Amino acid sequence: MSGDVANKTNDGFLRRNLIGKATIWLPYIWLLLFFLAPFIIVFKISFSEIVVAMPPYRPIFDIGDGITQLWQSFRKFSFENYIFLTEDSLYWKAYLSSLKIALFSTALTLLIGYPLAYGIAKSPRNIRFILLMLVVLPFWTSFLIRVYAWIGILKKEGLFNQLLLSIGAIDTPLTLLNTNIAVYIGIVYSYLPFMVLPLYAALEKQDETLLEAAEDLGCTRLKAFWTITFPLSYPGIIAGCFLVFIPAVGEFVIPYLLGGADTLMIGKLLWTEFFANRDWPVSSAVAVILLLILVLPIMYFQQSQARAQEAAK
Amino acid sequence: MTKPTAAEREKFEPWNDPTARPLVEFRNVTKNFGSFTAVDDLSLSIYEREFFALLGPSGCGKTTLMRMVAGFCEPSEGEVWLAGENITHMPPYQRPVNMMFQSYALFPHMNIEQNIAFGLKQEKMAKSEIADRVGEMLTLTKMQDFAKRKPDQLSGGQKQRAALARSLAKQPKVLLLDEPLGALDRKLREETQFELMDLQERLGITFMIVTHDQEEAMTVADRIAVMEQGKLIQIASPRDIYEHPGNRYVADFVGDINFIEGIAQSTNDELIKIETADGLIVECNSAASIDKNQQVWFAARPEKLTVSRENPVVTGSNAVEGEVWDIAYLGDMSCYNIRTDAGKILKVTQLNHSRTSDAPITWEERVWVSWTNDAGMVLTS
Repeated sequence: MSGDVANKTNDGFLRRNLIGKATIWLPYIWLLLFFLAPFIIVFKISFSEIVVAMPPYRPIFDIGDGITQLWQSFRKFSFENYIFLTEDSLYWKAYLSSLKIALFSTALTLLIGYPLAYGIAKSPRNIRFILLMLVVLPFWTSFLIRVYAWIGILKKEGLFNQLLLSIGAIDTPLTLLNTNIAVYIGIVYSYLPFMVLPLYAALEKQDETLLEAAEDLGCTRLKAFWTITFPLSYPGIIAGCFLVFIPAVGEFVIPYLLGGADTLMIGKLLWTEFFANRDWPVSSAVAVILLLILVLPIMYFQQSQARAQEAAK
Repeated sequence: MTKPTAAEREKFEPWNDPTARPLVEFRNVTKNFGSFTAVDDLSLSIYEREFFALLGPSGCGKTTLMRMVAGFCEPSEGEVWLAGENITHMPPYQRPVNMMFQSYALFPHMNIEQNIAFGLKQEKMAKSEIADRVGEMLTLTKMQDFAKRKPDQLSGGQKQRAALARSLAKQPKVLLLDEPLGALDRKLREETQFELMDLQERLGITFMIVTHDQEEAMTVADRIAVMEQGKLIQIASPRDIYEHPGNRYVADFVGDINFIEGIAQSTNDELIKIETADGLIVECNSAASIDKNQQVWFAARPEKLTVSRENPVVTGSNAVEGEVWDIAYLGDMSCYNIRTDAGKILKVTQLNHSRTSDAPITWEERVWVSWTNDAGMVLTS
C-alpha cells in the first residue's frame, strides 16, 4: 500500500522532471532542426564539386554508401571551393565592402537610435507606449514594400529631390538612388527599431537618483550623462549593434534595390553565385565563410564578457 | 576630530545663542507642486556642527525641504541660505553639500573605491590626494576590505556604509541624509545610529537627517523639527519634544500618549485642576496659562502611569478604576490597555523588574490607574 503511494509520487516526480528537461531542451531541438541541420547541409555542399545536374553538384558522399566508398570520398575531400574564394579578389573585396557598409550603417543607426531611445525613455509614462508603437509600426508593412517605397523617395524625380528643389536648396536633382548612400539610408531606416528597442530597455530601467547623486557629487547634467547614463547603457548598445550589424552584413534586398552596380555586398554576390551562376558549392563556401566571420567575433565577445563577470566575483 | 567632553556636549545649544550665525537658513520658503503645497511659508535655521532631524509622516514636505538644500528642488517662494550665501538658484553640482540617498544610489558600474573617488575626481583633485582621501573614507566607514567590490556584491549594511563614505569624501559643509537607515534591519539600524552620531561628532560636519522614524530622530539628533503638511509644528531637543510637546499632534506623533479631555476648574499658578465629563478629577502641575472653564487635554505618557490592584491615592484625584482589556508582554516591559468604567482605553507600561512574579495582573482584572501631579501635561490645542 505504502509502496504504491511511493511509486505514485515517484512517477509524478519523474514526469515533472521530464517536462522540466523537455522545456529546457525544446529550444535546443529547435536550433538543431532549423539552424544546425541546414547549416550542415550547406557545409557539406561547400566541399562538393559543381556539375550540370539536378541538384547542380556532386555529393561528396551518400549516407547509402559503404564504408569503403566513404573512405574514398574522404580522400577526394577538397578545400577547392574555399581556395577559389581566396584566388578571386572579388570575394574578399565583397566581404570587406559588406563589413564596411554594415559597420558604417550600424554606427549611423546608433547615432540616430540613441537620442530616439533616450527621448522615449525620458518621456512621460503615458505617452511612452505610443512612441514605442510608432517605432514598431513600420513592421506592419512588408519589408520589401518599404524598401521599394524608398526608390520612390530617392530617385531623380522622387519626393526628396522635389522637396529640395522646391525650397531652392539645389538646382539640379541629386543622384541618390543606386549609390551607397541609398544603401546606408535603406539599412538605417530598416534596422532602426532593432537598435531603438534594446537601447530603450537599457535606458528605461535606469535609476534617476543615480543622476542626482552624480550631480550632487559635482557633475553637470551633461557630464553625468557621459559618466553614468552612457556606460550603464552598454548592454543595450551592444545588443542593438549586434542586431543591426549581423543582418546588415548579409543584407541582399537593400543593396539589390537601392544600391548601384558598384555596390559590392556579399549578399548580392551570394545571390548571383546561387541563382545566376548556379554554382552551389562556391556559394555555400561563401555562406560558410560569412558565418565564420560573424560567429567567431561574437563567441570571442561572449567569452570575454563571461570572463569579466567571473573576474568581478 | 576629538570627541567633545560631556560638559561641551551639554553646552552645545547654538540655537539659544543670539550671536550664533546659522549655517543653513530657510527664509519664508514655499514650494508648490501644482495645486499641492509641499512646504508652506517655512523659516528655519540650522547651525554648524548640529545634528538636525526633520521628522514627520510621509508627504509632510520634509524630503522637499532637504532637496532644496541639495539643489534638486527650487522653492516657489523664499530663499535658502548656506554659510551666508544665497544658494536658492545655485545648481546642485556647485553646492558644498552632499547627500546620502535613501536608495544609496551607488553607481553600479563602478567599484566602491571608484564610487568614493567620483566626487573628488570632479574637483580635479590630484590622483595621490584622491587615493589618500578614499583610503581615509574606507577606514572611517570600516569598508577597507570591500574597496574593489561592486555595489551589487555588498549587503545592505555595507552599501549604506559605502554611500556614507562617498557622501563624506568631499567634506561637505552639510551632509544630507534621506532616510539613511530605512532599509536596514532593526539591530543593524540601532548600531548604525550610534555610529552616525559618533562620526558626526568626530568630523564636526553638520548633519541634516530626514526620517519618519521618531525613535531614530530621538536617538541621533540634537534638535528635531516635527513637520506636518508643509509646516513646522515644533523644533526642540528630543527631550523637550517628548516631555514638553507643544500640542496634541506632536505629543501623539512622538511616542505613545494618553489624552484625557476635560474642563479646567481651578487654575492656581502652579496647579491646574481638570474635571472630565464623567467626573474624573485630574490635578496637574503646569506653568501654562489657562483660563477657568477652558477646554483642555491632560496628556500623560504610558510609562508615567501606574497600574495597581488597590487605589493608592487618598485625595480622590489622579486615579481611575477600570478593567484590564489587553496585555502585551514585550520582555523588558509589559504594556497594559486598561478600559476605564467610562469606556476609555488608557495605555500603561510597566517595567518587568523581576523575572518571576507570583500573581501578575491578568486579563479582565479590576485595577486602578493612578499618576502623580507631574506625570503629565496640559495641552490646549
